[in-house]
Amino acid sequence: MPTPETPRGTRRLTIAEALREAVAEEMRRDESVFLIGEDIGIEGGFGGAFGVYLGLTDEFGHERIVDTPISEKAIAGAAVGAALMGFRPIADMQYSDFLFECMDELVNQAAKMRLMSGGRLSVPLVMRAPVGASVRGAQHGQSPESYFAHVPGLKVVCVSDAYHAKGLLKSAVRDDNPVLFFEHKLLYGTKGREQAGGLDLTAEVPEEEYLFPIGQAVVKRAGGDVTLVATHVSLYRCLAVADELSAAAGIECEVIDPLTLLPLDTETLWASVRKTGRLVIVHEDTLTGGWGAEVAARAADECLYALEAPIKRVAALDVPIPYAPVLEQAVVPSVERIETAVREVCA
Amino acid sequence: MRPERPQPTVLLELYRTMLLIRRFEERVYFLFLEGEIPGTLHQCQGQEAVATGVCDALEAGDWITSTHRPHGHALAKGVSPRAAMAELYGKETGCCRGRGGSMHLGDPDVGMLPAIAIVGGGNTVVTGLGLAFKLGRTGQVAACFFGEGATNEGAFHEGLNFAAVQQLPVVFVCENNLYGASTPWERVSLVPSVAARAGAYGVTAQVVDGMDVVAVRRAASTAVAAARAGQGPTLLECATYRFVGHSRSDARGYRSRVEEDEWRLRDPIVGLRHQLLEEGAADEAAFDAVGGEVDAVLDDAVEFARSSPDPDPAELLADAYA
Ligand SMILES: Cc1ncc(C[n+]2csc(CCOP(=O)(O)OP(=O)(O)O)c2C)c(N)n1
Repeated sequence: MPTPETPRGTRRLTIAEALREAVAEEMRRDESVFLIGEDIGIEGGFGGAFGVYLGLTDEFGHERIVDTPISEKAIAGAAVGAALMGFRPIADMQYSDFLFECMDELVNQAAKMRLMSGGRLSVPLVMRAPVGASVRGAQHGQSPESYFAHVPGLKVVCVSDAYHAKGLLKSAVRDDNPVLFFEHKLLYGTKGREQAGGLDLTAEVPEEEYLFPIGQAVVKRAGGDVTLVATHVSLYRCLAVADELSAAAGIECEVIDPLTLLPLDTETLWASVRKTGRLVIVHEDTLTGGWGAEVAARAADECLYALEAPIKRVAALDVPIPYAPVLEQAVVPSVERIETAVREVCA
Repeated sequence: MRPERPQPTVLLELYRTMLLIRRFEERVYFLFLEGEIPGTLHQCQGQEAVATGVCDALEAGDWITSTHRPHGHALAKGVSPRAAMAELYGKETGCCRGRGGSMHLGDPDVGMLPAIAIVGGGNTVVTGLGLAFKLGRTGQVAACFFGEGATNEGAFHEGLNFAAVQQLPVVFVCENNLYGASTPWERVSLVPSVAARAGAYGVTAQVVDGMDVVAVRRAASTAVAAARAGQGPTLLECATYRFVGHSRSDARGYRSRVEEDEWRLRDPIVGLRHQLLEEGAADEAAFDAVGGEVDAVLDDAVEFARSSPDPDPAELLADAYA
């Protein structure tokens, strides 16, 4: 959220700018870090599908910014292989939908090498991938993070603001495990796309170096009546609902960004649930088998007796993402659907 | 043996289809900038001869698969301009009832699958169409459109080899427009021609001038006839160029204006027009008539799309299963 004054030693950055800084800092710090992907370093090109790498070839050149053919299996496979040999690749998928092209490299190779080698090898790679519906239809609008949150050996990160995007990407690069790093298409820019509610998407980012740990959730807004857990655009919708319900109904929502889905920071989550007694989970991934189901199951297991109402999940409807804006908006979790769920558990 | 030149009426029909595609794309771009059409766009100005020549060589009962850049393929295969335009508007009257959008245009009634926006995605699925036609002894043929960029996906190689060993009635149509998004072909292949790759799988391949609709149609007819006769797949590499950016917001900084100008001189529509005039097969009045007709069709399509209803979200949950 915009604040009138930016504290000294910080600037406001977009997520794209923050990610670019994280990449540049890690590449400067560690010679073993390199980038690999499609359309990332071509002169006069795009700097990646969403411009995150723009300008980086000036400093790092084409040897460490590896432009590939349209070959996702080769991108992921090369990242796995180089990681096994001690490099720390940051691989790029233009859209997370294309991760299905390289499921084998990620799920059968990256995730399993550690165990298969009896702990003698590790695969320190990062795979960045944009998720989310943005009127591009069924094959460019999925939020597939739950597929990966199911795989032992992978870590899964979802970032929603510039501060955590930067701190977490730096941690992901330094992590010795394969990290799937999911960003939302509607959250990269400055102006805040209309579909994202016209938000100011810049955040304060310190000038000096910092890391933010994988596996730690953050409380974005404190409240005593109900716990809302959400990522990406859904997080901002939850914050809007929280403001609305505070003013209109005196309901105080505690809104939590889990940031890492695997491993999940249940300590932060359950502390909140024990305080509020109510839990609503919101994500743009589809409902059935989505990561919200895992959070709900674990909440039932680990803090059922703290609950005063059924756990609710608000998720994308169980259909592929349709193109027409009216349909797309009906599929993804809306402010209205979130508000209804919160009112229900608080009734 | 010099291949025969098609009849003037056929040539004028090819001209009409190419012009329809060109003007459809120009309208769509304008309507997109005006905010009437949502989402994103991948357009095919410059590549009209490939879609037109190939689809003209197919029968109505034959099928095509397409890509993220499907508008031209759709119109050439016979998707109605109304249904295509309404789909781009996301309307219930669109060819995919507003569910598909620009990247998934298609219409089973005219033999076009919803376009597949996963690069290379069609190259394996098309073998299934071919297998079905072979097993069912239907005599149908399937054509698969894809870019040169797609030939670096494993799917291209798996599809080509499988079609070859099974002798499937498939035609692989590569539109080599030199760039996959911002990436020049020579940066991602040491082999200069896509056609050369077909040899590795025992598949006949031919390089065709993709800016010459007659040449494309001729090569496609041969390939389709071979496929229909049970002689297996052919790969056509059509040398072409997209006059516009990769997608709606592409400033084309990765290629030179000189190169663009050179290709524009080879505009397939202008080229055919000159030929027809030279041969005396058509005069300015004939072209004016075609232009007027195309404009009227597009006026009607836009009006139809604008006045069509939005899809009803209440029906949405029923859409995922048969
Ligand atoms: C599997 C997959 N990878 C990447 C993309 C993103 N993408 C869309 S179009 C495109 C370039 C395709 O180039 P080409 O196949 O030559 O077709 P053209 O765009 O030139 O028509 C890319 C990389 C995608 N849609 N699918």
